[in-house]
Amino acid sequence: MTPMEFSTSPYLLKEVSVQRVMLQVLLALLPGIAAHVWFFGPALLVQLAITTSAALLAEAVMLKVRGRPLNMFLSDLSVVVTAWLIALTFPSIAPWWLTLIGTLFAVVVGKQLYGGLGQNPFNPAMVAFAVCIVSFPALMSQWPAEGQNLSAQVASIFGTAPKLDGLSSATPLDVLKTGLKLGGDEASVSSVMAAHANTFGLMGGHGLEWVAFAYLLGGLWLVREKIITWHIPTAFLAGISLLSTALWLFNSAAFANPLFHLFAGGTMLGAFFIATDPVTGATTPRGKLIFAGSVGVLVYLIRVFGGYPDGVAFAVLLMNICVPLIDLYTQPPVFGNKAKRKK
Amino acid sequence: MSVLQLFKFKGGVKPATNKTQSVTQPITTAPMPSVLAVPLHQSVGGTPRPLVQAGDKVLKGQKIGEADGWVSAAVHAPTSGTVREVTLYPAAHPSGLSASSVIIEPDGEDRWIEHAPVDYKNLAPERIRTLLQEAGVVGMGGAVFPTHAKTQASRTVPMEEMIINGAECEPFITCDDLLMRERAEEVLRGAGIFRDLLMPTRVLIGIEDNKPEAAAAMRVALEKLGPDFAEFEVVAVPTLYPAGGAKQLIRVLTGKEVPNGTRSTDMGVQCFNVATVYSAWRALVHGEPLISRIVTVTGNVEEPRNYEVLIGAPMSEVLALGQPNADTDGILMGGPMMGFLVPDMSAPVVKATNCLIAHSPALFPPNEPEMPCIRCGSCAEVCPHELQPFELYWHARSKNFDKVKSFYINDCIECGCCSFVCPSHIPLVQYFRFAKSEIWAQNQDKRNADEAKSRFEFKQYREERDKQEKAEKLAKAAAVQAAKKAAEAAAASSGETTEATAIEADPKKAAIAAAMARAAAQRAPAIATPSATPLSE
Repeated sequence: MTPMEFSTSPYLLKEVSVQRVMLQVLLALLPGIAAHVWFFGPALLVQLAITTSAALLAEAVMLKVRGRPLNMFLSDLSVVVTAWLIALTFPSIAPWWLTLIGTLFAVVVGKQLYGGLGQNPFNPAMVAFAVCIVSFPALMSQWPAEGQNLSAQVASIFGTAPKLDGLSSATPLDVLKTGLKLGGDEASVSSVMAAHANTFGLMGGHGLEWVAFAYLLGGLWLVREKIITWHIPTAFLAGISLLSTALWLFNSAAFANPLFHLFAGGTMLGAFFIATDPVTGATTPRGKLIFAGSVGVLVYLIRVFGGYPDGVAFAVLLMNICVPLIDLYTQPPVFGNKAKRKK
Repeated sequence: MSVLQLFKFKGGVKPATNKTQSVTQPITTAPMPSVLAVPLHQSVGGTPRPLVQAGDKVLKGQKIGEADGWVSAAVHAPTSGTVREVTLYPAAHPSGLSASSVIIEPDGEDRWIEHAPVDYKNLAPERIRTLLQEAGVVGMGGAVFPTHAKTQASRTVPMEEMIINGAECEPFITCDDLLMRERAEEVLRGAGIFRDLLMPTRVLIGIEDNKPEAAAAMRVALEKLGPDFAEFEVVAVPTLYPAGGAKQLIRVLTGKEVPNGTRSTDMGVQCFNVATVYSAWRALVHGEPLISRIVTVTGNVEEPRNYEVLIGAPMSEVLALGQPNADTDGILMGGPMMGFLVPDMSAPVVKATNCLIAHSPALFPPNEPEMPCIRCGSCAEVCPHELQPFELYWHARSKNFDKVKSFYINDCIECGCCSFVCPSHIPLVQYFRFAKSEIWAQNQDKRNADEAKSRFEFKQYREERDKQEKAEKLAKAAAVQAAKKAAEAAAASSGETTEATAIEADPKKAAIAAAMARAAAQRAPAIATPSATPLSE
């Protein structure tokens, strides 16, 4: 009886594990990755390889230094999720050292220095993004042009060939913002979009909108699988939609329609895969709504009025700071205690 | 059959029920065990005082332990035989501690005491309560709260519903299922006793919908009993663990949420287990005290089945009836969600023993290593009391017990739903039990300290008072003495004038003594205040 001496009820456990949760998140990212590769070339796969191997290596070294079991924590796959999110949010033709720096920073500082899995207050992938966009704004703002082949992209990543202009382009959000700014009073959203017909698609950016759509599908599957709840994606998208609808109705020449904002930039990836990180997000149902709704609003404000092409990273990080406070004030009433609320 | 609106409780899980194995055969009486060890303390509340000693001959059903106080219930000899001793014996408790028990060697004759059945309908409610307490009837769903103490309606709130709990939501357990299938009428008649005591508007018998046979049997019996049971209704409730928790079942059937620390009767509702009301029926109408119960023997055994088992039978002997497989490495008492591994297999079956599960590593794989919490919130989603288990865990782990309390640890019923779903394999309930016992110990320490303090204060007060009294006594004595002398002197002065000086001095002394006594009397009330009842809590 010795092995069970201290085991207590329940003796029946559901077959769940952190590894399984992370694996499902990775699976849900696959459609988005496929769409990304289809439209923007295989560079993303190279980046995924760089970030994944660097993340695993960094995690292993840090675990070793911290004296934690390697096998248990490497196989939980949480660091792979971080690595993939970095690859997906960074420009896929960014130089290898940039994604490497981002990954190392995310794993070593963003995650392990705080105490590893479950202890980090900030979303590690977004920490990486923020650090790199502040340090290397130009490199972080370029986006691969469509229809590039592997060798050209690999050359760009590893810097083996001179920089080709046709290889990269600005993101639709960037194009719109600069177009409106440069165009002055005559420019309107529709005129900028007409001038850059190749960049814009039906809803968001050309090609990008389908990548976003694929993220949406993967995210809905996660909701169905109960890996994430509906609260965060819904509130995130509602936050963006409400603000963008209001401003679009107010002045449709200066502000793009809500559909564009839903399918442009990192909206879908952020709503279903980034803001939903359980470790760094709010946990109570009402807290999740407040947290993600605020992220959505901030994303819009930063991408439209701020200096950066997109706002997901900063919006998420800013709201990460507020999580303990949000959770404290949104504790749900307990059974039989619906009348009294926790102060 | 009227259609009752059902309510939902939040959370809950659906573990594999594993009930079908043990319902294929009818209940059978377990053979007489080699020895019976009847623990005296088998209910919530006071520990009954033993009425027998080594060498005494006892009859089946003879009272061997007297209830100690209102919240306590008598215990009885489960068969006729000889008391070997009254001693500490391994208890059916996860701690592995021993409990004061009456050890009886059966004589094999199984001779009953004189049965004393009563016509309860003609008895005063007070008398019925006493009889239930004397018969040792306690809650048999596992909580073993003395049943008689639950049979008083609130003075201000009318009784609306009485719930009869036949939900039996724990996996593996089927004793209530079989009881309802085979003895439905007696269960209903037993419920009738409590209906007559509490006089509710409705009696709702809640049975999880994975037990259609039991529900059907109860409905047939109800029909047979006719108009006297008109307010009774058998209700199938959705199978969702822990629907059989009293508060959950009350919620499902009535929509009422009984807060922690509140009596359900204050909300016009009360809940009894089916086995409890059955025992009450046997006790009153057949004069049989609670000396046996139905126990499901299942798990890693060849022949899972329900047995009528005498209280006090060694668990190992009862489990052996089911022919456990070779890799059995322990006995689980209760279900796999809330039960516990019995530290000593010779521990006896008690009134709370609804199920014995042969444990094997194959059936219940050992826990995987604990990972850090990722705050996924799965635990909060399944918590039937709508707590935030991961927050409780966080603070319990850092021994921040004030915070633990502020997250309502005392509302936790330890149902195990949170541990069941945790992807990080954190034994959450274990942390909560730890926190609860630490908080209990802290409160106990505080109580002890308060008691010591008041005892010390009382001692100080007493010493001061004694000193005061002594001084007063002395002063009084001095005054009396002085008065006496003055009187003597007055008598003498009429005849003799030679002692004039002495007479002058004595009234002075008397005046001083009187003044001292007055001052002492003034001081006394100031000291007497510390506390009138310094030892009361």
